[in-house]
Amino acid sequence: MLLIHCPYCDETLPELEFTYGGEAHIARPENPADKTDDEWRDFLFIRTNVKGPHFERWRHAHGCGRFFNAVRDTVSDRFLTTYKAGEPRPDLAVLLEDAAKKEPSK
Amino acid sequence: MTAFRVPGRGRVLHNRPVSFTFDGDTYQGLEGDTVASALIANGVHLMGRSFKYHRPRGPIAAGSEEPNALIGTRRGKGQFEPNTRATVQEIWNGLETSSQNKYPNLKFDIGAINDRLYMLFSAGFYYKTFMWPRSFWDKVYEPFIRAAAGLGVSPTEPDPDNYASRYLHTDILVVGAGPAGLAAARAAAESGLRVTLVDENAEPGGTILSEPQAKIDGKPAWDWLEAELDALTDLGVRIMTRTTAIGYYHQNMIGLCQKLTDHLEKPAASTPRERMWRVRAKQVILAQGALEKPLVFDGNDRPGVMLAGSAQTYLNRYGVRVGNNAVVVTSHDSAWYAAFDLASAGTKIGAIVDTRPTPNADLVKEAAARGITVFAGYTATGTSGRLRIKSVRINKVENGTVLAAQTLACDSLLVCGGWTPSLHLFSHTKGTLKWDDQSQTFLPDRITEDCQIAGAGRGLWGIEAALNDGAAMGTAAAKALGKTATVKTLSVADDRPGTGASHTELPTDLDAGKARAFVDYQNDVTAKDLRLAVREGMRSIEHVKRYTTNGMATDQGKMSNINGLNIAADALGKKQPEVGLTTFRPPYTPTTFGAFVGYHKGDHFEVTRKTPIDSWAEENGAVFEPVSLWRRAWYFPKDGEDMDAAVRRECRETRKSLGMFDASTLGKIEVVGPDAVEFMNRMYTNPWTKLAPGRTRYGLLLGDDGYIRDDGVIGRLTDDRFHITTTTGGAARVLNMMEDYLQTEWPDLKVWLTSTTEQWATIALNGPNARNLLAPFVEGLDISDEAFPHMSIAECTVAGFPARLFRVSFTGELGFEVNVPARHGRALWETLFAAGQKYDICPYGTETMHVLRAEKGFIIVGQDTDGTVTPYDAGAGWAVGKNKPDFVGMRALNRPDLTAEGRKQLVGLLTDDGTSKLEEGAQIVLDPNQPIPMKMVGHVTSSYHSDAAGRPIALALIEGGHGKTGETVYIPMPDRTIRATITGTVFYDPENARLKL
Ligand SMILES: [Zn+2]
Repeated sequence: MLLIHCPYCDETLPELEFTYGGEAHIARPENPADKTDDEWRDFLFIRTNVKGPHFERWRHAHGCGRFFNAVRDTVSDRFLTTYKAGEPRPDLAVLLEDAAKKEPSK
Repeated sequence: MTAFRVPGRGRVLHNRPVSFTFDGDTYQGLEGDTVASALIANGVHLMGRSFKYHRPRGPIAAGSEEPNALIGTRRGKGQFEPNTRATVQEIWNGLETSSQNKYPNLKFDIGAINDRLYMLFSAGFYYKTFMWPRSFWDKVYEPFIRAAAGLGVSPTEPDPDNYASRYLHTDILVVGAGPAGLAAARAAAESGLRVTLVDENAEPGGTILSEPQAKIDGKPAWDWLEAELDALTDLGVRIMTRTTAIGYYHQNMIGLCQKLTDHLEKPAASTPRERMWRVRAKQVILAQGALEKPLVFDGNDRPGVMLAGSAQTYLNRYGVRVGNNAVVVTSHDSAWYAAFDLASAGTKIGAIVDTRPTPNADLVKEAAARGITVFAGYTATGTSGRLRIKSVRINKVENGTVLAAQTLACDSLLVCGGWTPSLHLFSHTKGTLKWDDQSQTFLPDRITEDCQIAGAGRGLWGIEAALNDGAAMGTAAAKALGKTATVKTLSVADDRPGTGASHTELPTDLDAGKARAFVDYQNDVTAKDLRLAVREGMRSIEHVKRYTTNGMATDQGKMSNINGLNIAADALGKKQPEVGLTTFRPPYTPTTFGAFVGYHKGDHFEVTRKTPIDSWAEENGAVFEPVSLWRRAWYFPKDGEDMDAAVRRECRETRKSLGMFDASTLGKIEVVGPDAVEFMNRMYTNPWTKLAPGRTRYGLLLGDDGYIRDDGVIGRLTDDRFHITTTTGGAARVLNMMEDYLQTEWPDLKVWLTSTTEQWATIALNGPNARNLLAPFVEGLDISDEAFPHMSIAECTVAGFPARLFRVSFTGELGFEVNVPARHGRALWETLFAAGQKYDICPYGTETMHVLRAEKGFIIVGQDTDGTVTPYDAGAGWAVGKNKPDFVGMRALNRPDLTAEGRKQLVGLLTDDGTSKLEEGAQIVLDPNQPIPMKMVGHVTSSYHSDAAGRPIALALIEGGHGKTGETVYIPMPDRTIRATITGTVFYDPENARLKL
């Protein structure tokens, strides 16, 4: 079971308290009517489906109830960081560097 | 004294005899015995039949890796467990055990015919043999496979035992209490950290229990062990035995299954049988040791063939000689010591056969001194004996040529093909392994968790090496947590480190194609099967594994993986590391469902939500049904009524006079704030701006993909306050969706959302007398049709309770829904029920609610919709605000697929005979005479008997249904095909006259 850090509660808590919310940084367009069918399809369904660090949303459903963002490596299933909704994407290079420093075998 | 017990030897209690049964016969063992050690002490090796070929088998190991000796154990009524390892189950007075996979009995088994038909069961037989002819599948092959397949027999009675679970936080968890684990725990504990030490065996000690000859730090091994355990206890180390680390999960969470009662004759009634521990450790030390490999040659599976190290364990730990006349076949030094120990205990060692041309000279000298014949540079090419080995066939190998054979008589054959580090838990962490050419095995490479591997787990052999490596790893773990520990280096006399060679199947002078050289004993996979898989095109080790089922039995190939890999690599002409390794998965050993379930069974399986009126329903004979987590009154049968009769009566009485219904489970969300109306406009399809306070509206909620997610009646209490109702099952989902949009898309909106589902008890009154009953109880509100028309909401007092009153109808009758604070729900219900007697008030349940709404064509989201239904498909286009700039789902409604012709649309269906009730879920076709598979154009979503309509009615989703009114469709059923006509969805009072009373 993963331990997840809620950036609002500033606590690291068991996965059971959280629900997954899909890929992060996919903003709903301001004026949907202006979007073409293909653009709306992409907004609805097309995701990056990365192998590696993935920007994604979680909700502290059984806690503060807030949605927040996370970077999780889909290969190792490890969280690189979590941050509040509305904050910009963190720099992936920096995150990976930090993670490498924390590798147990190093 | 049983024939093969060595007086005074081992850790069993020789003055504490224990009597148990195996296949109905009573046997004597000693306290401390396992079923296997006790049976071997009685000269019994035959303990089971194999899975596929039903070959006679005996224990080949002495621990949890045992693939053969699987038995059923019975501890009492409902307490039968199949597939228990006889090498693990401890005996107690009265234990009943039985062998498996045999008919009529273990010694004569009809299923053994499979052994003669082995050509049929070669690699991939699942995919080949039974494919043709097709008609044979149902009648011949499948019944045969079903009868033949499966290990053991499933228990048939409910398990009466209790299972517990607990969490544990510890600084350091040490898995394995052998020399490495003991030393690691000592070092870590000396540093002042909280240490937990677990071992799957009945007592800690690991290898030390099997090697009493060693002198550790100048003391006899067992004396040292006793003192060391005392020292650990004094240091506060939590030592848990009979506790298996079954899985290693993220961020150092380890699952432990602790067996508490299976070894006890009379466990206290309150003791749980097993306890699952979820341990979160800051550092983990894996000290799981190594597992011995068998050698692969023809007939290497007969009862009496056993791993040499296990024979040594039976002797030194249990005081049992595995036979009177043993031969050893080995490629590793370790088996020589087993031979010497057994020789000292009185077993004749017929010969030591070593595959290596020049074994260790000291060992050869020792053998000579004991008068044991040594055959060096030999291979084993066969065995004889049906229910017990009688002889082994060996041949000299020179320059790769197998020379003439000779036969050695024996009653037991000790084999050793070297050792494999036990890295299952390490593999669970996705830690990588690397092939070590020198030790011919995989060793840990990249570590991904905060964990250390100590001792034989990383290829260090012998007690001394394990002790000192364990101490080093314990110190390293402490250091990682900022602590220091000083440990002294230990020296061990009479230690038994050793080296060996690794093999594929052993060379033979006989037809290798006929050899029954087993690699995976439990799944009956032979070396030939593995080579066949490669010949038939399997290249990946994962494909070879699945095609042959090698390593896929309940032991997960603890003994077979490396032998299987060596053979597959050889067949592929590659080196082992290029072929790779299959994945180990939790659990390490088979684990009961009970241990995983823990407390979550029976009434505790999941939460049952009850409304404030639930107790009244129970007292008044309601039959309940589960609706999501709620239990709801389904119907209220009167004497002698079945469900059908009760529902018909409830429908009739409600439409005739008055019905009352507990609607408290309706989801309720309070939307409050200056931007509440804007939020509502964005979330729901409907326009809300012009809805005046005091009025309500049917709201439809879509996803941004345009499909219906939920619906419900929504009241506007004031300009900035809405009372939303949702479906019973959708309440949490809807609130989550609203929070998502509010928090992440529109954080600028000043709106607050609160779940109020459980704050309100909701009583629905429906029927022509609804107002007559309610009006006298209402204060502060005129509820006449003029003052409080259909679709109104107001706050008032009902029977003295503060209330939110809706005028709303889900039945088509004059209706009200009274919401009062939940604590007053039952009191109000009883007040209304008592007063309603003069109107013959009828409490009704969810089934009647369903019928009444279907008669009016009101949909149930999730029943009449399936997540691909738009408002237009459902005939609810009128609820879509066409002039709104945006709402969730609006843009998608214009996507080409959502406006295309031929979408499934909700219609009514009436069967042509006027009496047939369709089955919900039944498929619909246009032409019943078309060939199978027919083109299905839709399905029945709701179907009921309707007294109001005077016939059965149904709703259905049918392709292009809105344009097909009046057309005939067919519903093919197993026994007949039913004709029906497409209609509108309203079957009763289409003018809505009854709402306006
Ligand atoms: Zn939180």
